[in-house]
Amino acid sequence: MWKIHFILLFSRQGKLRLQKWYTTLPDKEKKKIIREIVQIILSRNQKTSSFVDWKDLKLVYKRYASLYFCCAIEDQDNELLTLEVVHRYVELLDRYFGNVCELDIIFNFEKAYFILDEFIIGGEVQETSKRSAVKAIEDSDMLQETVEEYMNKPAF
Amino acid sequence: MPAVSKGDGMRGLAVFISDIRNCKSKEAEIKRINKELANIRSKFKGDKALDGYSKKKYVCKLLFIFLLGHDIDFGHMEAVNLLSSNRYTEKQIGYLFISVLVNSNSELIRLINNAIKNDLASRNPTFMGLALHCIANVGSREMAEAFAGEIPKILVAGDTMDSVKQSAALCLLRLYRTSPDLVPMGDWTSRVVHLLNDQHLGVVTAATSLITTLAQKNPEEFKTSVSLAVSRLSRIVTSASTDLQDYTYYFVPAPWLSVKLLRLLQCYPPPEDPAVRGRLTECLETILNKAQEPPKSKKVQHSNAKNAVLFEAISLIIHHDSEPNLLVRACNQLGQFLQHRETNLRYLALESMCTLASSEFSHEAVKTHIETVINALKTERDVSVRQRAVDLLYAMCDRSNAQQIVAEMLNYLETADYSIREEIVLKVAILAEKYAVDYTWYVDTILNLIRIAGDYVSEEVWYRVIQIVINRDDVQGYAAKTVFEALQAPACHENLVKVGGYILGEFGNLIAGDPRSSPLIQFNLLHSKFHLCSVPTRALLLSTYIKFVNLFPEIKTTIQDVLRSDSQLKNADVELQQRAVEYLRLSTIASTDILATVLEEMPPFPERESSILAKLKKKKGPGTVTDLEEIKKERSSDMNGSAEPASVNASAVSTPSPSADLLGLGAAPLANSAPPPSSSGSLLVDVFSDSPSAVAPLAPGSDDNFARFVCKNNGVLFENQLLQIGLKSEFRQNLGRMFIFYGNKTSTQFLNFTPTVICSDDLQSSLNLQTKPVDPTVDGGAQVQQVVNIECVSDFMEAPILNIQFRYGGTFQNLSVKLPITLNKFFQPTEMSSQDFFQRWKQLSNPKQEVQNIFKAKHPMDAEITKAKIIGFGSALLEEVDPNPANFVGAGIIHTKTTQIGCLLRLEPNLQAQVSV
Repeated sequence: MWKIHFILLFSRQGKLRLQKWYTTLPDKEKKKIIREIVQIILSRNQKTSSFVDWKDLKLVYKRYASLYFCCAIEDQDNELLTLEVVHRYVELLDRYFGNVCELDIIFNFEKAYFILDEFIIGGEVQETSKRSAVKAIEDSDMLQETVEEYMNKPAF
Repeated sequence: MPAVSKGDGMRGLAVFISDIRNCKSKEAEIKRINKELANIRSKFKGDKALDGYSKKKYVCKLLFIFLLGHDIDFGHMEAVNLLSSNRYTEKQIGYLFISVLVNSNSELIRLINNAIKNDLASRNPTFMGLALHCIANVGSREMAEAFAGEIPKILVAGDTMDSVKQSAALCLLRLYRTSPDLVPMGDWTSRVVHLLNDQHLGVVTAATSLITTLAQKNPEEFKTSVSLAVSRLSRIVTSASTDLQDYTYYFVPAPWLSVKLLRLLQCYPPPEDPAVRGRLTECLETILNKAQEPPKSKKVQHSNAKNAVLFEAISLIIHHDSEPNLLVRACNQLGQFLQHRETNLRYLALESMCTLASSEFSHEAVKTHIETVINALKTERDVSVRQRAVDLLYAMCDRSNAQQIVAEMLNYLETADYSIREEIVLKVAILAEKYAVDYTWYVDTILNLIRIAGDYVSEEVWYRVIQIVINRDDVQGYAAKTVFEALQAPACHENLVKVGGYILGEFGNLIAGDPRSSPLIQFNLLHSKFHLCSVPTRALLLSTYIKFVNLFPEIKTTIQDVLRSDSQLKNADVELQQRAVEYLRLSTIASTDILATVLEEMPPFPERESSILAKLKKKKGPGTVTDLEEIKKERSSDMNGSAEPASVNASAVSTPSPSADLLGLGAAPLANSAPPPSSSGSLLVDVFSDSPSAVAPLAPGSDDNFARFVCKNNGVLFENQLLQIGLKSEFRQNLGRMFIFYGNKTSTQFLNFTPTVICSDDLQSSLNLQTKPVDPTVDGGAQVQQVVNIECVSDFMEAPILNIQFRYGGTFQNLSVKLPITLNKFFQPTEMSSQDFFQRWKQLSNPKQEVQNIFKAKHPMDAEITKAKIIGFGSALLEEVDPNPANFVGAGIIHTKTTQIGCLLRLEPNLQAQVSV
């Protein structure tokens, strides 16, 4: 059955930027998997396919600027559509942040999580419409604060 | 620093993140983090109550630290407090922390569940959404216990908002996956199916995922979803590209929903209702047609989405495996992709064709692409793609192209990536054996394998070549000559020394007549490698030497000198020393006769399933090379001939008798101990038809497998995503022993693993089974073995049931398969002359002693395959007994504890038409 097992975002330098797990694993195991996968994907050439067999799963990945997006799916799952899951997620981030870059995700990682949660639940795509998925987050951001208000907050 | 802060920005968090990014070294980073952790700890412990904003900010900092790879062991309570905040952003951060950091056994679960309960009851759709996301993210059993009853109600309630319905559907799906036993089926299920008709495509998308998973486990209950899914799909594929507005993705109408619907349909066989079936076929044709249309956009997203739907449609076509026209069209489409400039499409086309190769309708069509696939193997730059090409070559291999494919794989092996060499070696070894018409070719191939990739040739591979050479005397001389030549190479692989040592030790005499390979030369050649080899190989060579003493008395003294040397007799290795001492002694004191007896040629190995195949399966894990493929391939190789209908006439006659030598004495038959005629009759039909209808289906596919085991003793009985059950059995007279191997295919432990063999009351009196319990935990990737001792007391018809129960990742698994213990396993072949046969045949005139069955063969009949089946069935194959050479004749005795039953069999194939005899 179609299901994403986990999603990882990491930089070209191998720094993890986001991890989302849809299967329950001990933290130690997760760390091991992250190390292994980052290494596998960074060592692949540019011209190769976007798919890698990994254990019983398949990794589907794509690079956007300096950031790699990688999903682990089951062997029989639809690889091409998973690539588009990644693309749609990037579009959602783009729509929210306006021309998203790696820094946006570093400094607003919690928003990146919220947007992902609106799009995917339990490894399944929930809402494919761009409008509906971002709307929920934007609703909560209605109170756009001014720069002054922000700068008056404590810096620690 | 972010230029603009949206919403409720947390300045302190941004500053902290900047600090971390400015750290010049790992040490500085750790120092900064520890400082922050100490700060947060003191804030949380401080006397001053923190306001919601501060709590949120600190919890968020902890999350960030966790994301950097550090362990976080506090802050949970503060996060739980945030859940009851009325401010959305605070609640949101609280839930985020819990989904990322709370594990299921936490004591906090009760508090968390309470907060979730409040939010679910709040009727505020955003709060409900957060609560549902949290349940889906954590997905623990405790949460399932608390909410599995509630969520279906939310899902089907008339006044639930669409966005909440979507979350509820997927949340329920997650709970069903982790704890299916806790999700009650009920009225809601039929209402869920009708969500396929919902106006809101987002709701349909989410509901389809849920329905698919539920339908896999409860196909009957969700059967109505088939026609609904077909009509929904049909509306999508025929819609104009802008009709679905927001759900159109780069000019492709609702690709996610389309794929999910096609997935749902793969839970079922082709629709029975001709109207639904016709509509589905139209949909699939439309999807195939669209692939030929010019793209509506040059963007890769357009082609990806379009092809994602196309590949899923092809999967459905392959799954149904019933429309030759669609299968061939799918194959042609994939053929186009094989040459596409997008690497991803070439990869997927190779992968998809692999399954298409196992369909009897498209196997031939797939084979036409062989040159392209071979080319891919040679030129693709991506190892993932080359790997798929190897898989496809393996899948499309049959008798007609085996030599070419094996040669290409061997070629590729010379430069193949190290990561896939072992697998290729196994595949070559299997194909070479399976399709060897000419065993000299087989021997050449395996020796080439060892030469090219000796390090990757596992024990199983070289054991197997030796088994085959020993069992086939027509190839022994050739094998001896070939290994002798191969050993001449200055540097040869140790595996070659092993094979060479063994084969020359057995059959060196066959080439000793040639002065270029005289006994002494053979010995010197082997001994020149001796000191370069590891201990096990040296031990093997010592055995070869003692065999030489028997084969070639003229070099006995040379060999004794070698055995007598200090490096042998005083070798530090106990095994080598012992062999040297014993062999030297044996060669000195034993007479020629004794030597000849002790060192006689190895007897043939019993025929068994290739252990290489098992190894490959183990290596590949689930999915890639399944036994199913094997079956289908065997079937389709039978299919290559004409599809002309044929009929076979089988007549089996059973002669019951109290004595073992009944067949010699022709004693009076005892009607009451005769096997019920119907049993032997239906058994026969099973053998020749692969008909699954003869036995009640238990686990899907198990009936098919069961029928295959009628004629063989070893192989894979059952396989699904989690578990593989392999069998190895041997029978002698009325006794048997079966080894059942349970393989855990996942990486997770099975708990409470309890296999039980169940016999019905009737069966208990005629079949005695004894089993030992097995260890209740089976580690991920591990295999456990169970022994069943079998005694046949009297004749029987039914088969025992093997029931297996275990827990896997929190879900309870329960499955049953028929254990292939059939009466014919206690069948011992008996040879007899034509005259004896017909004399007995005629004596069996009592109607109870005879059963005749006329059945239509499912496949064109191949004499060799039929003969193999009869022998596999257990009877002797009597050649030149029947006056009609086309008929097959067999005879044997069924051994039970109480009696022995003679049994004669005649099979009269009628190739032209349906004619009964």
